[in-house]
Amino acid sequence: MGSAMNYIWDFSAVWRNGGMLLDGFANTALLTATCLVLALPLGLLLALMRLSNARPLRFLGLAYVNFFRAAPALVLIVWFYFAFPVIIGVEMNAFEASILAIGLQSAAYMAEVFRGGMQAIRRGQWEAARAIGLSSADTIRFVILPQAVRQMIPVFLIRFAELVKATTLAGVIAYGETVYMANELSTQTYRPLETFTAIALLFFVLIFGITSFSKLLEKRLIAGR
Amino acid sequence: MDVLRIEGLRKSFGPVEVLKGIDLTVKKGETVVLLGSSGSGKSTLLRCVNFLETPDGGTITHNGVTIGRKSHNKTIYTPSELKAVRSQVGMVFQQFNLFPHLTVEGNVMLGLTRVRKMSQNAARKRALECLDRVGLADKAQAYPLSLSGGQQQRVAIARAVAMQPSMVLFDEPTSALDPELVGEVLNAMRQLAEDGTTMIIVTHELGFAYNVANCVVFLHEGRVHEKGAPHEVLVNPKTERMREFLASHTLFRIPEQVAAE
Ligand SMILES: Nc1ncnc2c1ncn2[C@@H]1O[C@H](COP(=O)(O)OP(=O)(O)O)[C@@H](O)[C@H]1O
Ligand SMILES: [Mg+2]
Repeated sequence: MGSAMNYIWDFSAVWRNGGMLLDGFANTALLTATCLVLALPLGLLLALMRLSNARPLRFLGLAYVNFFRAAPALVLIVWFYFAFPVIIGVEMNAFEASILAIGLQSAAYMAEVFRGGMQAIRRGQWEAARAIGLSSADTIRFVILPQAVRQMIPVFLIRFAELVKATTLAGVIAYGETVYMANELSTQTYRPLETFTAIALLFFVLIFGITSFSKLLEKRLIAGR
Repeated sequence: MDVLRIEGLRKSFGPVEVLKGIDLTVKKGETVVLLGSSGSGKSTLLRCVNFLETPDGGTITHNGVTIGRKSHNKTIYTPSELKAVRSQVGMVFQQFNLFPHLTVEGNVMLGLTRVRKMSQNAARKRALECLDRVGLADKAQAYPLSLSGGQQQRVAIARAVAMQPSMVLFDEPTSALDPELVGEVLNAMRQLAEDGTTMIIVTHELGFAYNVANCVVFLHEGRVHEKGAPHEVLVNPKTERMREFLASHTLFRIPEQVAAE
């Protein structure tokens, strides 16, 4: 009790080695962006499968979404790093395994955002589009998605914030993202409390910023209706 | 040639048989008004005509072409065939169903560019002509939600007509409008009728039916219960049901007006 109270905080070591944390942050950003590039189109494709008239497509989409949402991200990361390369016989580095694990899982979440957004568009819009003879693809491209995406942006931002957090799990397979670098730094400097306090603040500002922005957008979208 | 021929059309929702064998023929240039109490299957009938609902039985023939191919005891419809039918049949909905993210002009142009494969310029020209016909050329750049209900419905009419369909279906086009906006929409529709547009109109505006329709069809219990020229059917209904139906429309005063003239 007493020793905890008497702890003297000293952030100077964290400052001096800030470059390491910045590297970690850059790697976090790179992983997040790459996962997003995979997850957004794949999520849209899965959503279209789930809304399709073809039963096998609907089933595949549903199976994918259910599987990836149920699997813990950490388990997926470890599995894609250790087991998947054995199955397909291809070496995979920590970055690639993380993209697959986190990106494929994120796609499942994005699919549900896309699907929810498209289903929220009133039935009359689908019918009016069909009634002028538009194909399903054109209906989605020119009528449904443009309206749905606008409404989906706030939820997308929340999913994006969750994706940023999920990438910190890639540290377990030694991908040099922020938390992994923080761990390295704290073992070098013997200042884990300061290091992780700084990281916690950094993430708080980032995630809180994204979610607040999403709330603000949501309010404006509702007001603008 | 008949623009539309419906023979023995049946449609059920679950255990409920809504249409129990409808026969109806619409000739080119005809305006058919479809009457019936709420839930009698008027919308279902219209929606079967452009296949927003899939019929359970019977045949639908557009301009001499019977839609679908019989295979054993089922009828198979290909997506391209249905797309073709829908691009030939315009539809105007009770709730307008304009695309809120597109301008008025954009609403009318979408089908022209994507379905008719017209160039932007040609489509814009056609869209403006059609908007002009419903008196809304000056609103081409406006967004639908900034317009009154009556204006929105006229845009929807322009959107349907712009495709130069062989017929236009109207499902209670004035029922969602404030009373003072009904007239402008009915006028636009009357203009279409005078221009020779083939139309089937579900409406409770019996005055409009009396003045504009060539043929009035009364739907009851899933069948065509009574049918004929408006000045016969609406003035001297042959069936008890039709009489009751007309009596329930207290605003309908055509026979008296005629008598007064
Ligand atoms: N998609 C549907 N699913 C189930 N029942 C329906 C559906 N559409 C219409 N119905 C039923 O069919 C009957 C006729 O409906 P409708 O054609 O809309 O009547 P109307 O337009 O004459 O009021 C009603 O009992 C209605 O509840
Ligand atoms: Mg109806």
